[in-house]
Amino acid sequence: MNIKASLSRKAFLAINFIVLSILALLCVLPFVNLLAISFSSKEAVTSGKVGFLPIGFTASSYSFIMHSPAFLKSMGVSIARVALGVSVNLLLVILTAYPLSKSTRQFRARTFYSWVYVLTILFSAGLIPSYMVVRYTGLLDSIWALVLPGGLPVFNMLVVMNYFRSLPPELEEAAYIDGAGHISTLVKIFLPVSTPTIATVTLFSFVFHWNSWFDGMIYMRMVDHYPLQTYLRTVVINPEAFFRNTSNLNSDLQILLGLVSARTTNAAQLFLATVPILMVYPFLQKYFTTGLVMGSVKG
Amino acid sequence: MNTKKIANHKKTFARQGKVDRALRELPLHLMLLPSLLLVLIYSYGSMAGVGIAFQNFVPTKGLFDSEWVGMANFKTLFSLPDMWQVISNTLFISISKMIGGVIAPVVFALLLNEFRSSAIRRSLQTMVYLPNFLSWVILAGIFIDLLSPSNGIVNAGLKAFGIEPIFFLGDKKWFPITMIVTDIWKGFGFGSVIYLAALTGIDPSLYESAVIDGANRWKQTLHITLPGITSTIILMTVLSMANVLNGGFDQIYNMYNPSVYATGDILDTMVYRLGIEQVQYSLATAAGLFKSVVSLVFILASYYLAGKFAGYRIF
Repeated sequence: MNIKASLSRKAFLAINFIVLSILALLCVLPFVNLLAISFSSKEAVTSGKVGFLPIGFTASSYSFIMHSPAFLKSMGVSIARVALGVSVNLLLVILTAYPLSKSTRQFRARTFYSWVYVLTILFSAGLIPSYMVVRYTGLLDSIWALVLPGGLPVFNMLVVMNYFRSLPPELEEAAYIDGAGHISTLVKIFLPVSTPTIATVTLFSFVFHWNSWFDGMIYMRMVDHYPLQTYLRTVVINPEAFFRNTSNLNSDLQILLGLVSARTTNAAQLFLATVPILMVYPFLQKYFTTGLVMGSVKG
Repeated sequence: MNTKKIANHKKTFARQGKVDRALRELPLHLMLLPSLLLVLIYSYGSMAGVGIAFQNFVPTKGLFDSEWVGMANFKTLFSLPDMWQVISNTLFISISKMIGGVIAPVVFALLLNEFRSSAIRRSLQTMVYLPNFLSWVILAGIFIDLLSPSNGIVNAGLKAFGIEPIFFLGDKKWFPITMIVTDIWKGFGFGSVIYLAALTGIDPSLYESAVIDGANRWKQTLHITLPGITSTIILMTVLSMANVLNGGFDQIYNMYNPSVYATGDILDTMVYRLGIEQVQYSLATAAGLFKSVVSLVFILASYYLAGKFAGYRIF
């Protein structure tokens, strides 16, 4: 009886392992295919031979896009946007979470302010009114249009606020008795003990800003101001667009042009856009769970 | 005389206390000021902008000088031939995603939880989390290539089994299914994190006593594991209700095309085309406002239910 049970248990675990492995592969193989296409020769890709390994290995797609001003410019915009956006998010999240983490006895307006912030996630005005406000505040075509309207990510703020509230009150009382004001309590007492939570919301912001594309599409009129993901949309939807102005390329690039196709350069550009996410991936796995319950609610 | 003096002193103290208190709270107000300004301008400013829905809005005239037309835009909106089709597309796609988006992560978490080896668990988790962190622009680029009927790897695989190529993104029968499946594919792995956390919170002694009582693994799953995560399942289900009119703009906009509008056009994509492409600001705002108001009702209901059944509070 016992042996039979353990045998069926083993069979179950084996089948389970196979099923979950297939599922896991389904999540990863599309990216392997992408990588393989980006490193394959034009002929191999056109004939449909490329699966999960590059055929006719070449890095010419990468050399070619490294000479594409549109790709490089949009990469620059994205880097600037992430640097600016994450800093603004972080600063505002911390500055907002601290006062709201006080009890109503310490800060009488707390409940009122909390509702002011929370209401913004319950009701969204919709696309056109948001666009109009950005337009009337003169941010169209400026990088600030990608940073200021979402300057305070309310969910991230709630995550940090809840963490601050979970800290033992003795910490703050001790600081108060030592004569510390609010700013020094925040900077010297609260922040040092909150690093995992701060790391979590920093990663949230990073992924959000790196992945955003829609705001770039509606707020930027000049293609030169597109962030990477917005630019990628234009080549993904219309792959040949990438090759529109090839007549004025210099001779080296003309040679490269013969080695690449829309599919290989597309794959290379898409892959390069995932690299920053892959770089922070270990941290994402470690820290993202913390804020998940909060983040799973969307307005 | 003496009592009067004491009363005066008390008053001064009270006033002094109030001033002290206000002074101590002042930095807190100041810390809120920058984010408060942004929220007032960009969130509340745009909320005031929903007035556009009740106007014949002309951007050069602005909100104050455009002509007010009452509910006329809503009447036009609901008499559009496509409106009801768009609503039913949205509901079909969003509700299917909601159901699949709860079931798939629960099943995955339960199956993963059967492994005791943390090496197996961690490597499987590392792989299934990946799609969650990538944008729909990148994923659309990948899927357009993968699912292409002429040179995509998926149809090449189907061909090996003698199946005719399927135009997943161009056939209006297949398009919504493709959206639902790829959305679940993107989210199930990371969605399981919260259930895995709930599973580790189940008291191991429950299993020990179940084994003594002769319960097999299946019975244990049914009577201990599932009840142990029921409250989490209820919470996630209720919270996902808020998305009832969210068909998934990012995903659909990057993969659809006019040949699948009949089944794939959702409220958000319609708002975009009306507003940004056709410059019908008032009509698009009305459609957006309709969506926001319905969503608000569902969000409030879902928070109420989440608070009632799972003790969940946002702040």
